[in-house]
Amino acid sequence: FAGLADVSISGEVPVEGEITVPVSSHAPDEDFSTLDEPVRDTIMRDLKAVGKKFIHVMYPKKSSALLRDWDLWGPLVLCVSLALMLQGGAADSKDDGGPQFAEVFVIIWFGAVVITLNSKLLGGTISFFQSLCVLGYCVLPLTVAMLVCRLVLLAGAGTISFIIRLIVVVAMFGWSTLASTAFLADSQPPNRKALVVYPIFLFYFVISWMILTFTPQ
Amino acid sequence: ITCLVMYFFAEFDDAANLLAANPDATTISIEEPAEISKNQHGRLQERGREEDDELLGTDDSDKTELLAGQKKSAPFWTFEYYQTFFDVDTYQVLDRIKGSVFPVPGKNFVRLYIRSNPDLYGPFWICATLVFTIAVSGNLSNFFIHLGKPTYHYVPEFRKVSIAATTIYAYAWLVPLALWGFLMWRNSKVMNIVSYSFLEIVCVYGYSLFIYIPTAILWIIPQKVVRWVLMVFSLCLSGSVLVMTFWPAVRDDNRRIALATVATIVLLHALLAVGCL
Repeated sequence: FAGLADVSISGEVPVEGEITVPVSSHAPDEDFSTLDEPVRDTIMRDLKAVGKKFIHVMYPKKSSALLRDWDLWGPLVLCVSLALMLQGGAADSKDDGGPQFAEVFVIIWFGAVVITLNSKLLGGTISFFQSLCVLGYCVLPLTVAMLVCRLVLLAGAGTISFIIRLIVVVAMFGWSTLASTAFLADSQPPNRKALVVYPIFLFYFVISWMILTFTPQ
Repeated sequence: ITCLVMYFFAEFDDAANLLAANPDATTISIEEPAEISKNQHGRLQERGREEDDELLGTDDSDKTELLAGQKKSAPFWTFEYYQTFFDVDTYQVLDRIKGSVFPVPGKNFVRLYIRSNPDLYGPFWICATLVFTIAVSGNLSNFFIHLGKPTYHYVPEFRKVSIAATTIYAYAWLVPLALWGFLMWRNSKVMNIVSYSFLEIVCVYGYSLFIYIPTAILWIIPQKVVRWVLMVFSLCLSGSVLVMTFWPAVRDDNRRIALATVATIVLLHALLAVGCL
């Protein structure tokens, strides 16, 4: 094409010829349609994507994979499992117990939506669902903490178990907050970073509190 | 002052050149009459009026009026309209919180800190923090009071969160609405110098609740004396912020109505403190 740069065509000369575009060797249908593939492939692809994001959360590096291909499967699974594990708490009357399933669900999802709206209103450049995706996935350390707490509580409910639970929950809370901040902080204007990070801190603090105060019957 | 400002805008190019050449000249020419009138007010008139001008900031209120008009021009169904209410930086939020915790006698919180840029970030997140702080500290204080009793079984008491949330958000939004409506009604009867927009009132109420957060955290201490002292102290601080904001707005009114308004404000604030803590 370098030679063509010198060619100038006056308006009167008719231009004709053939244009050939190289076509890729395999049929175009195979790449875009996933209708014909076995169901196992579809499910495994989504599961692999979710699993990859879990790994990204546990080892937070600055990668854009979590942001680019957002999905809400992971957050849903985490939210439901956390809410289920928080059931069965002690209650003298119905009013004094721990959070109900609906309360945990609403707090996690409504909290994530509010934080996303907050960061967008403050001028953030991240999209709505990307932010929901990150906040939901970063609940993973706290779900792990809940699992550990329930296991520790099976062994006993004394002071030592409380101290272990406290340490585990605090560590996971720090991990969650740092992981989500690592993903979300870059999309904010620099003089408002603290304004965006604080609600995330509050969100994970509330979830950690619910986990820490869980007492079995 | 308005004529001078229009002159400034009409010959913007020349003014810009002048400003580049001689930074002080144009600014002095705009502000000089305001400076002179402010000085006259200060020396010749009584202290009440001087306070008003200081509180109002007459020298830049015109400019902020114009700027405020330009800022909020997006229609209310677009996202940009709501973004104008979150147009604050970290240091601004921290300054406003500081202003609510250390009220300076004679300085109006709204004029000093808000300056026609009311934000919804502060009120919303301060209320959210307060809700969870009250729930957590109430739970902890119950735990410490009953610690050691053999029959006590710890319960997380999650219902407190919903009750606290309803109470605090209702207070932070409905009371400013009522107060704003009341002030608008009085404004139509008696001409007031100072009037606040609804968002500025919401802002003041929101930031004035900040002092309750450390109070709620310290409420965990199970000593009755400490608790009462803390509550009275925080009530005085945040009440004084509210009083100093709203006193200039009702001062010109009938004496009794003014006093009744201020007393109601303080009373509602005290009710909230007693109810929540």
